[in-house]
Amino acid sequence: MAYDKFDVLTSTAYPLPIENVDTDQIIPARFLKATERVGFGDNFFRDWRYHQDGSPKADFPLNKEIYAGSKILVGGKNFGSGSSREHAAWSVYDFGLRCVISSFFADIFRNNCLNVGVLPVQVSENFANTLFDAIMADPNTEIKVDLPKQTVTLVTTGESESFEINTYKKDNMLNGFDDIDYLKNIEEEISAFAKTRPF
Amino acid sequence: MANTLFDKVWDTHVVRKVKEGPDVLFIDRHFIHEVTSPVAFLGLESRGNSVVYPEKTFATADHNTPTINQHLPVEDPLSANQLNALEENAKKYGISHWGLGDKNNGIVHVVGPENGITLPGATIVCGDSHTSTHGAFGAIAFGIGTSEVEMVLSTQCIMQPKPKSLRINVNGILGVGVTPKDVALYIISKLSTSGATGYFVEYAGDVFKEMSMEGRMTVCNLSIEMGARGGMIAPDEKTYHYIKGRSLAPKGEAWDKAMNYWQTLYTEDNAEFDAEFTFEASDIEPMITYGTNPGMGIGVTKSIPNSDDADSGAKSYKKSLAYMNFDEGDAMLGKEIDFVFLGSCTNGRIEDFRAFCSIVEGRKKAENVTAWLVPGSHKVVDQIKEEGLDKIIDAAGFVLREPGCSACLAMNDDKIPSGKLSVSTSNRNFEGRQGPGSRTLLASPLVAAASAVEGVVTDPRTILAASL
Repeated sequence: MAYDKFDVLTSTAYPLPIENVDTDQIIPARFLKATERVGFGDNFFRDWRYHQDGSPKADFPLNKEIYAGSKILVGGKNFGSGSSREHAAWSVYDFGLRCVISSFFADIFRNNCLNVGVLPVQVSENFANTLFDAIMADPNTEIKVDLPKQTVTLVTTGESESFEINTYKKDNMLNGFDDIDYLKNIEEEISAFAKTRPF
Repeated sequence: MANTLFDKVWDTHVVRKVKEGPDVLFIDRHFIHEVTSPVAFLGLESRGNSVVYPEKTFATADHNTPTINQHLPVEDPLSANQLNALEENAKKYGISHWGLGDKNNGIVHVVGPENGITLPGATIVCGDSHTSTHGAFGAIAFGIGTSEVEMVLSTQCIMQPKPKSLRINVNGILGVGVTPKDVALYIISKLSTSGATGYFVEYAGDVFKEMSMEGRMTVCNLSIEMGARGGMIAPDEKTYHYIKGRSLAPKGEAWDKAMNYWQTLYTEDNAEFDAEFTFEASDIEPMITYGTNPGMGIGVTKSIPNSDDADSGAKSYKKSLAYMNFDEGDAMLGKEIDFVFLGSCTNGRIEDFRAFCSIVEGRKKAENVTAWLVPGSHKVVDQIKEEGLDKIIDAAGFVLREPGCSACLAMNDDKIPSGKLSVSTSNRNFEGRQGPGSRTLLASPLVAAASAVEGVVTDPRTILAASL
């Protein structure tokens, strides 16, 4: 599925300073029953956002009005561990987020994000803490994520850090391309390779 | 330069290397199931693509299938819809499909090996993180997202940077009552759930050499729980013996040719790994988890560590214990339990049922315990019956259910109720994993069986000793 181009994003951010957030929390398994990619934002962090009777948990950062509309989420270390469900990345996107910042990402979740147009930005633990402190102290604090320059900046203080992304993925994100676009262009090379496989 | 097992298999599958980007990796075997494939087929169609090699993709229904009355229509309309979508898509594109009720049906990571689809030296993917299971055969196998499922359907390739290599050695001999599950939970407790992120693991050493294929599958299955993409074990005589004669395994000349290749699949003596860990078998005891990630595990006789000792942040650690309703310093032995789940792609194979039965034979299920015994496939069910294990299960007051993923992720009706404590042989103890509000203790089939008959968390060695 092609997605919107990503260039420079400046936004307030939701803080979620909890470690080892797994994809079962991001989107519980009981909400994986759709056969179309719609409506996952409603169930994003379902059991952390809502009580079992369906009423919202007021304390939970994603429910706080003051952060509403933010396009960035700053998460704790080892964000997105567990299941390979791409539904987790879809729910991030459908909730309105375009970027997740953490000091460490689980592997498959990071890949899934890149494949659906959400930019995972890995920063140092120190800088993650700086971001947490700033956005929790003042929810109006903006963070600027500059993909062309590969930097993330705390707008208020100018504190900044660079992040890594390979050139191929970066170009994809900047142009809204995905891997299938690439692979379809080298079809003949793949089919020649396929003939060499023993089984 | 000397190569690792992983290098050998990966490098022979690289169609091309993208400059400052990932490798284009050719995929030999692709498994699909009802939950992560429907959107991939939609994407395929919206782009006007087709399935390029339908004979390399295999469909089975498992994630949300019921485990009782499988002969009846599936009641939940959403689950039924996904099962139909899988069947329709398979039919439309000429993909083999083992639906509900098919004699080959079962959990994808159980039926793949069972039917000879999983082979050494192959690249295997599936929209499920526990695809790492197939690494037990010396394959490179890992979980992918739905975009990548579409990618494999429409191009037979995925694009991945080559992971770093990590070797985990466990040497010596495992003690009585210590199973492959305990070995894996022990390693995860040492490395944490992110300790192997970015790596592909090779398991080596005495313990894995001696281990059965079922045991190796359990260990490789849990590789993802330490953050690794996958884990693998070099194929040997046990591997070949397991595969030979299985319905879709190579036969005749193709077998001989395959064997010639497979025998080259080992890590050369001077090969270097990016990281390496070595553990002693004698340090491992039957394990149990106490928290909300698989890295929060301890020997079953131990007490819950204090937060200062926890390597995850203290706040997250306390949040986890609060969810479990446990306190730091609590002993695990003797905690009263409500549910026992035997099954899943981790521990739903014949050996797991044999282990469970070795404890419950001649004993009775505790009254306070509800137990769900869910074989990984119909072939496992057949084997259970052939060996007479069903009679032991029945006499001890347990009921055997029909195959599927079941309470491992509770997408069907097999949900542990809120607040209830479950000893589970599955792979994840995340909050609400087995049903909203459920609390999970991960353990081996032996610990599950001992706890099921005692009604409290129990060290299986006390029962095994009494049986001698």
